[in-house]
Amino acid sequence: MTILGIQKGLIKDPRIYQILALSSLLTFGWTARAFEIEPAHFIAIIIAACATQWLGSLMIATRVDFKSSLITALSLTLLLRADAMWPLAVAAMIAVGSKFMVRFGGKHMFNPANIGIVAIVLATDAAWTTPGQWGSAVWLAALLAGAGFFVTYRAARLDVPLIFLGVYAALLFGRALWLGDPLAIPMLRLQNGALILFAFFMISDPKTTPDGAIARAAFAAGAALLAFVMTFQLFIDDGLFYALAIMCVIRPLLEWLNPAPHYQWGDPVTPLKLFAKLKKREPQPPRPAPAE
Amino acid sequence: MNRSLRKSLFAAASAIAAVAVTGGAVAFCGFYVAKADTKLFNKASKVAIMRDEDRTVITMANDYRGELEEFAIVIPVPVVLEEGQIHVTDNAIIDHLDAYTAPRLVEYFDDDPCMRYDRMEMAAPTAMAEDSSAGAARNKNSLGVTVEAEYTVGEYDIQILSAEESGGLAAWLIQNGYKLPEGAEDTLGSYIKQDTKFFVAKVNLEEQAQTGLKYLRPLQIAFESPKFMLPIRLGTVNADGKQELFVFALTRKGRVETTNYRTVKLPTGSNVPLYIKEDFGPFYKAMFEQQVKKENENAVFLEYAWDMNWCDPCAADPLSPEELRELGVYWIDGGGDRPDIMPRRPGPSLARDVFVTRLHVSYDAEHFPEDLMFKETGDRSNFQGRYVLRHPYKGDATCEAAEDYRASLPKRFNEEAKTLANLTGWDIDDIRDRMKEEGQSFEPPKKRTWWERLWGNDEKEG
Repeated sequence: MTILGIQKGLIKDPRIYQILALSSLLTFGWTARAFEIEPAHFIAIIIAACATQWLGSLMIATRVDFKSSLITALSLTLLLRADAMWPLAVAAMIAVGSKFMVRFGGKHMFNPANIGIVAIVLATDAAWTTPGQWGSAVWLAALLAGAGFFVTYRAARLDVPLIFLGVYAALLFGRALWLGDPLAIPMLRLQNGALILFAFFMISDPKTTPDGAIARAAFAAGAALLAFVMTFQLFIDDGLFYALAIMCVIRPLLEWLNPAPHYQWGDPVTPLKLFAKLKKREPQPPRPAPAE
Repeated sequence: MNRSLRKSLFAAASAIAAVAVTGGAVAFCGFYVAKADTKLFNKASKVAIMRDEDRTVITMANDYRGELEEFAIVIPVPVVLEEGQIHVTDNAIIDHLDAYTAPRLVEYFDDDPCMRYDRMEMAAPTAMAEDSSAGAARNKNSLGVTVEAEYTVGEYDIQILSAEESGGLAAWLIQNGYKLPEGAEDTLGSYIKQDTKFFVAKVNLEEQAQTGLKYLRPLQIAFESPKFMLPIRLGTVNADGKQELFVFALTRKGRVETTNYRTVKLPTGSNVPLYIKEDFGPFYKAMFEQQVKKENENAVFLEYAWDMNWCDPCAADPLSPEELRELGVYWIDGGGDRPDIMPRRPGPSLARDVFVTRLHVSYDAEHFPEDLMFKETGDRSNFQGRYVLRHPYKGDATCEAAEDYRASLPKRFNEEAKTLANLTGWDIDDIRDRMKEEGQSFEPPKKRTWWERLWGNDEKEG
């Protein structure tokens, strides 16, 4: 963890890391796994997201910062597909626009990329998600998780993906045990790139997760439960994304029950106690050099 | 060369309307010469699924070749089916769907390098049919198995079962003459807990004799369920080796893909050596097996995705409205006199709103532990498995361009050999030998000097 030193010195804003991680994922997908993402689509999403960000900032008279909209654009590019360009652009506008339009208690309510996907998928058949297309190659999942870990660690929200994945995995394995299914089935489901991407890069967004540690844990666990029920009981394809959108609506209630100060980009890490303990142990104070 | 191709494209496109009305067939992507249908594979099952919202019609064709009294199938179904939800159809429809969506071979002929363009044509036809029948009951049983319903439909005696636990169901099935492979009980148990019913069928020999057919016709079931999936797990329990499954999805919005496995497009559009014209079947088979290996044996392959209104080039005509209705496409008007006059023309002229997806899976329990879960996407872009033969120009052109053209051929042939080796895993030296036999030489022709061309025209060739 020598890189930790760099965090303080060089880049405080975790979004930089997120942009780097998502871009390398996209590049990787483009080259190795042959994602069918047209560059023109990517550009359309970026333009729509950044233009909306600029317009929104203008309206509320704040400094324009494109980092978040770039992250939203990258997430949409990775998770959403369409034949035409417009559904992607519309999704990007809804995603970024929701930050300015749908607010509650001084925060935006929805995870931008998430609400962009949910809205466009519900509203039209012209865009869709491709949950199966990441493949279940273990190494890819590991790569994603590794990159995700790093990004999320920076964002002080590692507890969110870990709790989300833990609860989701427990439900999957529990289901398999109950049904008497081979464990290869839950493994197959967990080795899904879209799920890992969702856990590490979407649900973990510090701006749209509760600030209190307990509320945040409930938020992640609730999303996992909802996603599980929607996928395996109700057979809804995009249950994962709907689950997060629903949790975002419930979030103010969770925050009211477990209040905490709002997160600002670059804030120091404020993890759940369990994780705080883990973290404290990490930076070992340098031992005084033995006197010569 | 590119320019002349584009020209022929344009020329052919404008000629289509006229030719199509006469029933003739034009394709602007080369001559269609061969298709690779599912008969190449042993133990191949073919399943057509019509899916629109929750409405589902599944048509199952099997290539059962054993004794008819031995035939028995157990299919997990999401609901108890009424008699009217079960139907028997004709093989010809599934065969037609297979032919229409099959990977295809097309050929181009290079133009005279000294002159310019040319144009292309082709043809291929097909068939259709239908049938159904009756019976009913309900009773209970000490094994916890309930026979929810009993029917005779076509040549099949059918029972719909629900069960309380897998042991009882297994015992019931064995008592009633169904052979259950070892390990099937666990899988049955999983289905029972998911509140699945079981559709079991045997052949009614009397009814079968009346059909006068030597084979069993495809069974069809229609139901509503939020589950868009195909149960494959029971089939993997006793399978020795892999099984081949072809899924033909008929949907309204667009392409279908699997959500719990990758759906990968079959490599397409490659130029392959000329001798593949005779060997297209083995080529397709070897290529498919090679691609399965390349994708770690756990991918589903997309072989065709197309709007049912047309095709290009056509391996067979699009299905008629009657055939589509028979397969469950309920939103189409089956009656009336064939409005589909221009099947090979692109465009929404008929707006039949049927999108066909052909998926091909080679599966076993190890690589496909879970049933195939599907999703309909909004993707209406067309895809086909298509392989190209390019015949070099054979005439005796003598201009300078012709010299360059001939000199470029060995490189092209070499590319074709490499492509083929890559796609199929065949030995490249064998490929080159076959190509040489077929007249595709790798020797660069001797290039004549300009004075030889000037005065030596009627002499030996280069």
